[in-house]
Amino acid sequence: MKLCLTAQGNTLGSPVDPRFARAPYFILYDIETDGWEAVDNAENVQAAGGAGPQAAQRLAKQEVEVVLTGHCGPNAFRTLQAAGIQVVAGVEGTVADAVEQYKAGSLTPTEAPDVPGHWT
Amino acid sequence: MVIAIASGKGGTGKTTVAVNLAAALARPVRLLDCDVEEPNCHVFLGADIQTSESVGIPNPVVDEEACTGCGECAKICQYSAIVLPKDKPLVFPELCHGCGGCMLVCPEGAITEKDREVGVVETGRAGPIAFVQGRMNLGEPMAPPIVRAVKRHVRPEAINLLDCPPGTACPMITAVRGADIVLLVTEPTPFGLHDLQLAVETVRLLEMPFGVVVNRVGVGDDRVHRYCAEEDVPVLMEIHDDRRVAEAYSRGELAIDAAPGLREEFVRLFETVSQRLAARAAAEAE
Repeated sequence: MKLCLTAQGNTLGSPVDPRFARAPYFILYDIETDGWEAVDNAENVQAAGGAGPQAAQRLAKQEVEVVLTGHCGPNAFRTLQAAGIQVVAGVEGTVADAVEQYKAGSLTPTEAPDVPGHWT
Repeated sequence: MVIAIASGKGGTGKTTVAVNLAAALARPVRLLDCDVEEPNCHVFLGADIQTSESVGIPNPVVDEEACTGCGECAKICQYSAIVLPKDKPLVFPELCHGCGGCMLVCPEGAITEKDREVGVVETGRAGPIAFVQGRMNLGEPMAPPIVRAVKRHVRPEAINLLDCPPGTACPMITAVRGADIVLLVTEPTPFGLHDLQLAVETVRLLEMPFGVVVNRVGVGDDRVHRYCAEEDVPVLMEIHDDRRVAEAYSRGELAIDAAPGLREEFVRLFETVSQRLAARAAAEAE
């Protein structure tokens, strides 16, 4: 099963980025094989708007099943939900820590966006 | 004639210049308040609003029966207003610019458009002034469609004054584009200078004639004047810092009624602008 962690850098030691769609990197982590890759998210970091839906669509194409991040707004949440991707918000620490916490079952998915949109 | 009154920085006196210029001319003019996020010319003019029309953006509506989930719509959308998370598109109306691209590329013809109201355009009168203003609905992020709707009320054969949104982004550019001249209102402060420079760069990129109105002369320093001299930017009017002008503004009254001589100075501004436009038209004819 593939996780996506929003990260400030491109390694497992990087801190989890509190922003979902405008995080500099997505770490895609396979919890069965412990294989992982860092995906550069620069394009979304620069986007004028629509970063949430765009990032979510991208992760859906990568067949991600769970997103671990700091915060998730309504547009991103709605897109992730439509793609059948679970969201765990409020994640802190390094990417590696977060993976361990997830494997230990100590993280629970959120049922709703945890921050408001930019326009409301 | 279309005169756009703009500025980089907000709060420098665009509305003051627009409403006082309109009132000082004491003849039929058209005043179009394009600052649709917070139109306030009506406060100073006491305009009587007579008509109101809805302004909408066409948003895509997807027929999910006809949609095959090919994703062409999501691919063309530059704003991620329509995305394909799985097998059916999702639409985010507040991100949509209404370009119609998704509808054009859909091979199944599964997308139609439905207008979503984003604001209104109101028209009315204040004495000899024909008044038009746009008002954006609360919570809407995009001003340009409403600015464009306001500008459809421009009558090139008349004198049109456009009170533009602040800044140098899409709302401002939409408002000034197509005007005969842009008056950039600034103040002699470091912020005023900084944002004036951005505004000058913007109108130069747009290749539009422009001049500067310096408001509240006497506060701050002389850097705005030095910049204008160095850059060969004409200063078309100076409004001196005057407590009576500020007091009138705070009461929603016209400055020309509060500060003697200001009315004549606004008339002179109009004459200066007219002469510059005439000289330009003559130069272009040659």
